[in-house]
Amino acid sequence: MTFFTIIGRVVLALLAEIGRLALFVWQAVSHIIRPPFFWRLTAQQMMRIGYFSLPVVALTAFFTGGALALQIYYGGNEFNSESIVASIVALGITRELGPVLGGLMVAGRVSAAIAAELGTMRVTEQIDALTTLSTNPYKYLVVPRVVAAVVTLPILVFFADIIGIMGGFVVGTSTLDFNAGVYIKNTVDFLKLSDVTSGLIKAGVFGFIIATMGCFHGFHSKGGAQGVGRATTNAVVSASILILAANYVMTSLLFAN
Amino acid sequence: MSDAKIELRNVHKRFGSKVVLDGINLTVPKGQSLVVIGGSGTGKSVMIKCVLGIIRPDRGEIFVDGKNVLKMDQSEREKSLRKFGMLFQGAALFDSLAVWENVAFGLIQGRRMKRKAAKDIAIEKLAKVGLGPEVGELYPAELSGGMQKRVGLARAIAADPEIIFFDEPTTGLDPITADVINQLIVDRVKELGATTLSITHDMASVRKIADRVAMIYKGKIIWDGLRADIDKSGNDYVDQFIHGRAEGPIGMDVLKP
Repeated sequence: MTFFTIIGRVVLALLAEIGRLALFVWQAVSHIIRPPFFWRLTAQQMMRIGYFSLPVVALTAFFTGGALALQIYYGGNEFNSESIVASIVALGITRELGPVLGGLMVAGRVSAAIAAELGTMRVTEQIDALTTLSTNPYKYLVVPRVVAAVVTLPILVFFADIIGIMGGFVVGTSTLDFNAGVYIKNTVDFLKLSDVTSGLIKAGVFGFIIATMGCFHGFHSKGGAQGVGRATTNAVVSASILILAANYVMTSLLFAN
Repeated sequence: MSDAKIELRNVHKRFGSKVVLDGINLTVPKGQSLVVIGGSGTGKSVMIKCVLGIIRPDRGEIFVDGKNVLKMDQSEREKSLRKFGMLFQGAALFDSLAVWENVAFGLIQGRRMKRKAAKDIAIEKLAKVGLGPEVGELYPAELSGGMQKRVGLARAIAADPEIIFFDEPTTGLDPITADVINQLIVDRVKELGATTLSITHDMASVRKIADRVAMIYKGKIIWDGLRADIDKSGNDYVDQFIHGRAEGPIGMDVLKP
């Protein structure tokens, strides 16, 4: 009996949470297209979400590209490795590792920061105060963050692509003694525009996930410092899982043909 | 009552299984200062948030200037919110903005006023709560609790509202600072001719700012009368509350093991 009670409670809580999330996303999206727009705040968020994430994402991409080159070289047979390493690094980074690892790093950095900031604003009634000052909190807080993340994530991942391929190039030409010209030629020959654009589309979706998860958990945090801490953790965990799940779904859709 | 500025009719609200408002009926006539007293967790804050539309009641009607605010669409509602000003319990100042920007927030964001003109008004309102223009350049974190409350008051009156809500205006302040805040509230409200609804459990505050007093207990208004009558209410609950006694009808169900 108690076992079923527990299951029932968990299912109900889960459904309630999904319902809340759906309403929240609907509110956020419906406010994106309705004026007034807060341009200055959006630009500010682009700096915080995009520009300041650049070092983290760049380092991640560089080391991932390098490690990938080594793995392919050691794992594959060394015959013909010069062309295989270059092409697999290029495809792996642009299609999968650039957007996914970049997205996860930004999720850790940005979802947490957004959830902590909005969560603190919630528990100190600053979000209620916005309403009493005839400012819609979705418009003022959520929309700038979501728009900034959706716009800047593809840009970040584009840089991650370049730097990741460079990571492979540096390892390939220094440690593995590949010819630099041949490596570049192999990369350019193998890489198609669709490899890059599919990764950038993924990045835009990840940006949406990162910002909405941060805002959602921040908005619904309660119970002081502990509640804000919980919101921060939930934001990062849910953003990361959703990024990986969405990545799978999008990979199956984008590369189906 | 044709001169009712705010009217709550049979307002119910519950969170999960916890009934917070259990049929609130309350009328605030135009120009009157009504103070609602009651212990912690009796639904005072929830009641105010229902009127502001931050929380949606489960049942009942709320009228502001004769119009049912629960039946308004979003834009009507936002327009109606311009009549309101609110001083929050913890002041709820935006800590990312300078003091003057906090005071001018409703003017700049809500009413699209030019920053320069809004700043002049903000400085003027700060002077009305006894703060010099140099305070305007500071950030909320640099102010004492009493000064934050004053800034909160300046922000609440910045747009010359017709209705002002005060949520525990003196909580956490020393008696002298509390009296200064009470006096400021009385003066500014008289000057604006505003209708006010306050909630507090500070009797000194009640005696200073109230025209009329209502007591809330277990989600219901159990007594309602003029300030002068509060000492001869003949209501055991009110008597216990205003004298701050542990023994009485209110304590009973709390004291039971």
